[in-house]
Amino acid sequence: MAGRLYTRSHEWLAVEGKTATAGITDFAQSQLGDVVFLELPNPGRKLAAGESFGVVESVKAASDLYSPVTGRVTAVNDKLAGKPELINSDPYGDGWILKLELSGELPRDLMDEAAYKQFTESQK
Amino acid sequence: MPYLVHSPQERAEMLAAIGVDSMEGLLVDIPASLRIPSLELPDGLSEFETMARVTSLAARNRVFPDRLTFRGGGVYRRFIPAAVAAVTSKPEFYTAYTPYQPEASQGTLQAIYEFQTLIAELTALDVANASLYDGATAVAEAAMMASVQTGRKEVLVAGYVHPEYVEVLRAFSDGRGIKVRKGSEPNAKTAAIIFQQPDFLGLLVDAADLTRLAHDVGALAIACVDPISLAVLAPPGEYGADIAVGEGQQLGMSPSYGGPHLGFIACRKELVRRLPGRLIGTSHDANGRRGFVLTLTAREQHIRREKATSNICTNHSLCALAASVYMTYMGEEGMRRVADVSFKRAHALAERLAALPGWELAFPERPFLNEFPIRVPKPSVVSRKLARHGILGGLDVSRWFRELKGVLTFTCTEVNDPRAIDELVAAVSS
Amino acid sequence: MTEPLSFEKSRPNAHAPRLPDADVAAEELDRVLPREVLRSRPPTLPRLSEPEVMRHYSKLASMNYSISEQFYPLGSCTMKYNPVANEAAAALPGFTAIHPYQDEETVQGALELMWRLEHALCAVVGVDRVTLQPAAGAHGEWTALRMIQAFHRSHGEARTEVLVPDSAHGTNPASAALSGFQVVEVASAPDGRISLADLEAKLSPRVAALMLTNPNTLGLFERDILDIAELVHNTGAKLYYDGANLNAFMGVCRPGDMGFDAVHMNLHKTFTTPHGGGGPGAGPVGVKAELVPFLPKPTVERLNGQLKLDFKRPQSIGRVRSFYGNFGMLVRAYTYILAMGGDGLTQASMDAVLSANYLRKRVEGLLDVPHEGPCMHEFVASARNLAPNGIKALDVAKGLLERDFYAPTIYFPLVVPEAIMVEPTETESKATLDAFAAAIKEIVQEAKEQPEKLHNEPHSLPVGRLDEVATARRINAYLQGQSEDPILRWKPAPNEAC
Repeated sequence: MAGRLYTRSHEWLAVEGKTATAGITDFAQSQLGDVVFLELPNPGRKLAAGESFGVVESVKAASDLYSPVTGRVTAVNDKLAGKPELINSDPYGDGWILKLELSGELPRDLMDEAAYKQFTESQK
Repeated sequence: MPYLVHSPQERAEMLAAIGVDSMEGLLVDIPASLRIPSLELPDGLSEFETMARVTSLAARNRVFPDRLTFRGGGVYRRFIPAAVAAVTSKPEFYTAYTPYQPEASQGTLQAIYEFQTLIAELTALDVANASLYDGATAVAEAAMMASVQTGRKEVLVAGYVHPEYVEVLRAFSDGRGIKVRKGSEPNAKTAAIIFQQPDFLGLLVDAADLTRLAHDVGALAIACVDPISLAVLAPPGEYGADIAVGEGQQLGMSPSYGGPHLGFIACRKELVRRLPGRLIGTSHDANGRRGFVLTLTAREQHIRREKATSNICTNHSLCALAASVYMTYMGEEGMRRVADVSFKRAHALAERLAALPGWELAFPERPFLNEFPIRVPKPSVVSRKLARHGILGGLDVSRWFRELKGVLTFTCTEVNDPRAIDELVAAVSS
Repeated sequence: MTEPLSFEKSRPNAHAPRLPDADVAAEELDRVLPREVLRSRPPTLPRLSEPEVMRHYSKLASMNYSISEQFYPLGSCTMKYNPVANEAAAALPGFTAIHPYQDEETVQGALELMWRLEHALCAVVGVDRVTLQPAAGAHGEWTALRMIQAFHRSHGEARTEVLVPDSAHGTNPASAALSGFQVVEVASAPDGRISLADLEAKLSPRVAALMLTNPNTLGLFERDILDIAELVHNTGAKLYYDGANLNAFMGVCRPGDMGFDAVHMNLHKTFTTPHGGGGPGAGPVGVKAELVPFLPKPTVERLNGQLKLDFKRPQSIGRVRSFYGNFGMLVRAYTYILAMGGDGLTQASMDAVLSANYLRKRVEGLLDVPHEGPCMHEFVASARNLAPNGIKALDVAKGLLERDFYAPTIYFPLVVPEAIMVEPTETESKATLDAFAAAIKEIVQEAKEQPEKLHNEPHSLPVGRLDEVATARRINAYLQGQSEDPILRWKPAPNEAC
C-alpha cells in the first residue's frame, strides 16, 4: 500500500478519503516479539492525535498505542482478540488495528516511508 | 567466621588473578571521606553462643498452650499436620529462588499452580493469584483493582472489617487519592463495597445483600473471607462477589507474633488482567511435556514499571506452599470437619459464658461461626484472672471500637478441647 | 520426569485425616445457621492419604533448583547460603506460638529482638530509626516514599515527581506511581553511572525524591554520590536508597553517610533469610531523624527498662501491614547478625566484592563486559558478542541450567543489550566460581560450534524450554471468552462436578 504514513511511536496510517486505517509497524512488532494480547477501544470513541488508546503486549514487553490522528473510531479489528499473532505475521494487512473517521487536518509530524526508515535506523 | 568460605590463601590467589595488591585496589571508587573504620556492632559469636542468646529472648515470651488460647482477632490456633512443616522445611523449597527459570523451578511452580486452583475452588471464583503478603494488603490490593476497573475513587467499608486491614487500606488509598468511607450506602462514585465474612467480631453479615447493593450502583463487591469457614459457608462466587481476599494463616501457619502469613486473592474472569502479583499457568515444551510458567507478566512492575497494576514483586510462596499442603492433607472432608467442630465448641462456650452473671452476648440476634463478641463486667480483670490460670482469654475490641466498651471476642477451634472450655469457665467464675 | 497434579491423583475414597469429635452439646450447624449463608456445592479439593501427600511434595521438591544444592549467580538478588541456625531459631516455640494480640508484658522477648534488630540495622546503614513492618523490598520502597510524601506535605509542599534512573529496578517506578507520584527518568552516562547533567536538568521544586541504588545495577559505585546528594538536597528533595545492593559495602561505608534520607533493606538478600521460592521476605526501611515522625505505627520503644509498642504517633503514615511485619523473618535476620557480628558482616562484603571481581576477570575474555572495573559485589556482562552465532542471553542462561548452575539475571538492567548480570556472593567458594567460569567457556564454545545444540538446552531437566507465548495467548483467549480452559488453574471435567 503506497502512501502509508508513520508516527514516531511506530504506528502506521493509511488514508482513503475521510477514513484512515491504523496499526503498528513491522519494526514495532519485531521489537516487541510475539504479541499475546491487545487492549483496544470500543467503536465510537473519539481520539485526539497522540492520545493513548490501548496497549499491545508480548510476553516480555508492553507498549502503549497512540492514535496517529484525530478522529472517531469506526471499527476495531475483531480478529486480533483470538489471533494476536496477526500483528506479527501481517502488521500492514490482516494485523490492522483500527479504522478512524478523520476530523480536521493530519498532524504535520507524520513521516513517509523513507523518513520512517531513516528514523528506525537511528533507533537501532 | 561462620558461613564464609574463602581461606586467606584463596583470597590472596584471587587478588593476584584480578591483578590488585589488596582489597583496597577494588574499593577505589568509594570516596575516602565515606569510609568507616568498622561497624558499631559487637563481634560475631559461635553458633552455640548465638543460639543461647536467641533462646533466652524466646524464653522471655509467654507461650499460652494451644488448647487454652481463646483469642483470635485475625490470627488463630489450629491443628497443623506435621506434614506441613515436613514439606516447607525441605531446602529444595525454602531455599529456592523465585521461579523465573521455569525448567529449574517446576516444583515451586506446580505447587503454586495447585494453590491457585485450591483458592479458586474454595472461593468459587474463576482465578486466584500466587498469593500476597497478608490479609490486610490483600484487601488494599483488591480495592486498588476495583478503583482501576471502575475508574472511581471511593471505596466503602461496611461493618466490622478488621481494623488493621482498614488502616492498611487507608495507607494504600491515600497514595492513590482514593477515599475510604465507612458505611453501606454506595453511590455513583463508589468503586467497591468491602465487607468481611464472618466479620472482625466473628458475626455473619448479609454478604448477598451487600453484593447486590454494590452491583446496583455499578460498584464491585469485595469479600474478605476466612478460608476455613468456606468449607461450610457460602463462598463469594456463590453470592456473586467480584473479588475474594483473605488471610490464610489458618491454613497451616503458626501465629508467629503476626507473620509471615498469607494473603490470598481470587476474582471473576473479567478482572483477571487487573490482578496484582504473580500468576502461574500451564505450558508445554517442544516434546509436549506439560510444565508450569509465570505468565501474564506484562501486567507486572518489571515490565509495566510505573504503569503496573501494583508494585508487588514477590508473593509469599512458602506460605502458599504450607497452605497447599494443609488443604491437600485435610481435603474437603477434613476442612469441613474442622469448621464444624470449631462451630460447635464455640457455641457451647458462648452458651456457658452468656450464662455467667453479668455476661451477655453483645449481638444475641446475629449468627456466628466460631468467634463471638460478649459483653463482660470489668474486661481487664477477666483477662488478668484468665492469664493467671494460663489461659489467653478474649480480645478486648473496645481498643478499636469505642461503642464496644466491655466487649471481648472469644474464639474456639478444634484445638480447644471440651476440658479447656471447662477450665476457662471455671477460671472466670473463680 | 513430571508429576501429576494432586487433583489428578485424587481418589474419591482415600482416607480423610482423623480429627477429634466436637464432644460438646451443641446443635448442628445447618440447624442454627440460615440456609442461604451455607455453601451449596462443596469445593473440589484433592483427596489423598498422608503417604500420597508426602510423596507428591517430595517429587515436586526434587524438581527444583535451590541454593542448598546449586549456585545462584543472580545479579541484584544476593542469593547467599541460608544458615540453618536461623531456621532453628525461628522454630523456637517462644517465637512461633505467640499471638500478636498478647499483652506487651508477655512478649518482651519478641519486642527486645525487634528493638535490637532495629538498632543493628541502624548501625549497618547509618540511619536513626528503622521500621520492620514492610513485608518485602517493593513494600519497603513504597513505605519510604509515603514517608517522604508525608514529610513534604507537613511542610506545606505538594511535590509531585520522583526521579528514577533508567537502570533502576522496575519496582522503583511502580512504587513511586502507587504513592501518587509522577515518574521522571534520569539517564545513565556512558560509563554506566547516573548522568549528573541530566539529573540537574530534571531537578526542580516539583521533585520529592531521587531513588537510587549504590552501587548501581551495573555493579558500579556512584563515585559522585556526595555531589548527587548535595544537588538533590539543595532543591529540598530527599534521597532514597534502594537497598538491593547493600551487600557490597557493609562495614566499608554507609548509605546514611552518603546523604541518603531513607534506606530500604532486603532481609532476604543481605541478611540471609531464605527466599522460599518467592517469599516471604522482609523489607525494613531506615530513616534519618527528619523522617522519624512519619514512620509506620506501631514502633517499638524502650521505657523504664520495659519495651512498649507505641501507637500514638500523630504524623505516622499509618500501617503498611497487619501486626508488626514478618516477625519470623526478623528472628532469622537477627540470628544471622548475632552470629556474624560487625567483623563478620564486613568480611562478608569484602569477600562478595572479591568474588565478583574475580569472576568478572574469569568471564572477561568469554563474554562482553561493557563497563570498566573494578566492580563492587556484582557485574554485568553481555551476550552480544554471540549475536553473530544467533545466540542470546537467554540461551546462555539455559546452557547454565543444563550444567547444574542456576542462571544469572538476564535482560536486566535494561540499559545493557543482552545483559547477563552476575552476583556470586561471599558464600560461594573459589572452586565453584572456577567451575562456573568453565561452564561459561564451554557454552561460548558451543555457541560458536554448535549453536543449534545450545538452542535446545536444557534437556536433562524435568521439562525443556516452555512455550510461554502459547500460554499467554491461551489465557487471553479464555479471558476473551474464546476458550473454556483458564490455563491458570486446573478444572474438574464437567462430569466430575457435583
